[in-house]
Parts: sequence; structure tokens; C-alpha cells
Amino acid sequence: MGVIQFKDVNKIFGPRETGFQALQDINLEIRDKEFVAIVGPSGCGKTTCLRMVAGFEPATDGMVTVDGTPIKRPGPDRAVVFQQFALFPWKSVYDNIDMGLRNLNVSRSEREARIADILTLMNLTQYAKHFPHQLSGGMQQRVAIARAYVLDPDVLLMDEPFGALDAQTRVVMQEELVRLARKNPRTVLFITHAVEEAVYLADRVAIMTRAPGRIKEVLDVASIRNAEDWDSHEKIEDVMDLESFVHLRTHIWRSLREEKAAQHA
Amino acid sequence: MQKQISFRQSVVLGLLGLASFIGLWHGLAVSGMISNVFLPSPVEVYDRFTTLLDRRFAGATLQGHLFASFQRFAYGFLLAALIGIPLGLLMGWYQLLDEIVSPLFDALRFVAPIAWVPFAALWFGTGIGGPIMIIFAGAFPPCVINAYRGAKFVDPRLIEAANMLGTPSHRVIREVLLPSSVPSIISGLRVSAGLGWQSLVGAELIVASAGVGYMMVQGQANVSTTTVMAGMVAIGLVGLALDSALRLAERIIQRRRGLEN
Repeated sequence: MGVIQFKDVNKIFGPRETGFQALQDINLEIRDKEFVAIVGPSGCGKTTCLRMVAGFEPATDGMVTVDGTPIKRPGPDRAVVFQQFALFPWKSVYDNIDMGLRNLNVSRSEREARIADILTLMNLTQYAKHFPHQLSGGMQQRVAIARAYVLDPDVLLMDEPFGALDAQTRVVMQEELVRLARKNPRTVLFITHAVEEAVYLADRVAIMTRAPGRIKEVLDVASIRNAEDWDSHEKIEDVMDLESFVHLRTHIWRSLREEKAAQHA
Repeated sequence: MQKQISFRQSVVLGLLGLASFIGLWHGLAVSGMISNVFLPSPVEVYDRFTTLLDRRFAGATLQGHLFASFQRFAYGFLLAALIGIPLGLLMGWYQLLDEIVSPLFDALRFVAPIAWVPFAALWFGTGIGGPIMIIFAGAFPPCVINAYRGAKFVDPRLIEAANMLGTPSHRVIREVLLPSSVPSIISGLRVSAGLGWQSLVGAELIVASAGVGYMMVQGQANVSTTTVMAGMVAIGLVGLALDSALRLAERIIQRRRGLEN
């Protein structure tokens, strides 16, 4: 299982009276095996939402729970993929992926089998002995995704995972993530400021306001995806040309632009 | 911007500095302005140096004294590294330990190693224990400080990554803090080796059997200033060799990590 719930969550950095309020009245439930993307203007607190689920930040008020249990600390049941990859530079690809597995009570042979599987799935087998600095950004992020997926986590938290990649690599990675998520579904919380990416990947897209961040609107993409049969198109650009896709994207753009305008007013 | 100086130029300039120093020294010594006992000439010191290499003075040849000194130094230095590096990393990881140890450590590290001589002799004797303690006192602080800094300046995202992978503290310290602190620890070891080697003469003031410091004290007692100076030259040369070796190790490690990052 992997149900994420935000209940009346506020987040204030610093003292309550004088600190910076990053999040206000966040209420959101992410169902088991659902892929939810949060989009919002920069500084709106979307990454803070993810960091609270990861256990890196406590909520000031309210509660963040996974399967009803309040989150106290980080753990391998909630694997994180970071924007800057955060691979261990002194460990090989294999050892980076093994790092978390070694913390689970899993036999050596099972660890080896699981790493071999995920390396195959992510097309990384020939790079097992390489070090992160020997790989391109896209390959490094693949390793980071493998490191998270290999733990078989209930929840996968992705913090702008493709934000540091160039445009072409980004598209390839988005297609791969869709492939992976269909094959091996997980509850995913995906943070991005790229609207197309959110619409292409997510079942639902939550739009946030500028700081203090609130959830302005949650759009159901999955029902439109299924009704219009987006998955019959293999390439991302074909999906992006569909009228239903364009419509959703434009809607989110407008909504975000209102936030930008309010910021400058 | 300053002009880059090539390796060859830097060697030439270094030798030039050394040559003018020795020239000035020689000039002063032979001018007759200063008594020969006060300032022996470089030639006399060189003669004494070579004599000490094959004739025993104060119980051993210069090599013998150097070996005895180096052995003590190695023990003291290794002990400082073995205790100091883990302590520094732990202080960087556990804030509680940091709060408890730091004020004490910060006060103690300003006590010059020589100041420990009476207690070193009382507690650990004048054999090998006492001198090791004094070298340790000199070499210990940079080990702790640099391991601590290395641990404090580790990329916080790597700590978060290790935590989310469920890594227990002892493995975070060994597999994340330690490798990430290697450059800082190596520069700490360089400073530490220098300070430890410097503390040696002080340490050997209380040693009764052998060592370069001991040899120099005996030289002083015999009013043989050339022996004292030959000892200084030997200490300087070994120190230089030690620092060069560690500097090389530092460069090799940093070059390898430069590729890694």
C-alpha cells in the first residue's frame, strides 16, 4: 500500500509569528499506485510538500501520513529521486544501487538478482562498474531512479528529477518513466514546474498558488488520458499534439500565469 | 592576474633563496664579527653533519638518532590520526558530542605540546611513552579539526540520500562522511605531521637514550654548536621529505577525486 495524505498542513520556516509561511492549508490525498504531479510557480513550496513526505521536514501544523501513519523520519519505504541525482561519487553504479538494499534484510544472492533486474530494466547493465562522474546527466538520473526503484518502495518521491537534464534527454527520460510506471506501478509524487511533463506523466495534477502555497486546483488527467487513449501513442510529441492534451496544458498555463501576475502586482 | 610560474622556475627560485641564505650565513661566519662558537660556518656544520653520519655521538650515529626519533614520531602521529580522525567525524555527525567536546578541545589545543613535558614524563615515563604523548599533543588537533570540517561540509543531499535509503549512522559515517572528507583529512594530516615533527625536539628533551633532540641537547652540553646545527639541518630535511611525501599523496588523491566529482 502507499496512500499519502496531507491533512490541514501548514509549514512555517522560522518562528511562528515572524517566520516565512511556505505552505497553507494543504489537503491532498494521493491514492495507492496513483501518479500525482504538483506544479506551481518557483518558491511556492511544492518541493517542501515532497520533503515532508520524505521525512526531511516536519509539518508545522496538521499531519502528513503514509497509510495512516504519521511520518517521523526518512526511510526506504519512501524512496526519493533528487533533482541533482545525489549519487555517491565514490561508489560505482552497482554499489550506489546496492547502498539501500544492504539496509534491508535481504540475502546477498537476492540483492544481486534484484540489482541485475533493475540494471536490465533501466538499460544500465554495461555501466555497472562505472562511477557517476563517467556518466552523462541522463544516465546518472537513471541510476538514481534505479537506486530508488530497487527498494520496491510503496511511495516514490521525485523532486524535479529531469530539471537538470537537457531537453532531448528529458524527453527520453519522460518516456522511460511512463514505461516504468506502467510496468511497475507505484504511488508517485512528482514535483515539476514543467507543465507538459506533468500532464504527460501524471494521473492527477495539483496546481499550487504562489507563497504561501495552497492547492488551487486538482485536475484529473487520467480520465482524459483513458478516454482519448493517449497511451496508444508511443511518442511524447504525438501525445502533445492531441487536442485534449493541448486543452489541459493551456488550462494549467493560464492558471499558473494568474499566479505570476499576482506576484508582480 | 599574476603570471604563472613554471615548475622549473620555481625550483630555480627556491635554490636561489637557499643559496643566498647559505652565502649570507657563510659571509657572516667568516667575517670574524661573530665568535665561531656563536655562529659556526656552513662548511663546519656540513663537516660535522657528515662526521655524525659515520661516527657515534651521544650513543648513536645521526641515522640512529633519526631512526629513534622517527619511530617515536610515527607512533605519536599514527595514534593522533587513529583517534583524531574518528573523533572529528563523530563530532561532525553527533551534535551532542560536538557540544560536549568542542569547548574543551578548543581550549586544550592552545596549550603548546612542550607544556606537556612534565606530565608526559610523569605519566608515561621518559622511555617511549612520554615523547609519544608530546608528539601526539602536537599532531592531534589538526586531525580532529579537519575531519570535523570535512564531516560538516559534506553535501547535505548525500546525507539525505543515505537517510532515505535507511542507512544506519555507523554506515553513513564510514561510507558517506569519511570518503567525502578525504581531501580535508589529508590536508589535516599534512599539518599534523608538520606539527608532530616540530614537537619532537621538545619531546626528546626528556628522553635519556637516543633521538635527534637528545643528540642536540648533548651537543649543547658539550658546547658543540655545530652538533646542534647539524641536528637542526637533519630535522629540517626530514620534515621537508615528510611534507613532500604527504603533499604528493594529497595531489594524487585530489586528482583522482577531481575526476570523480
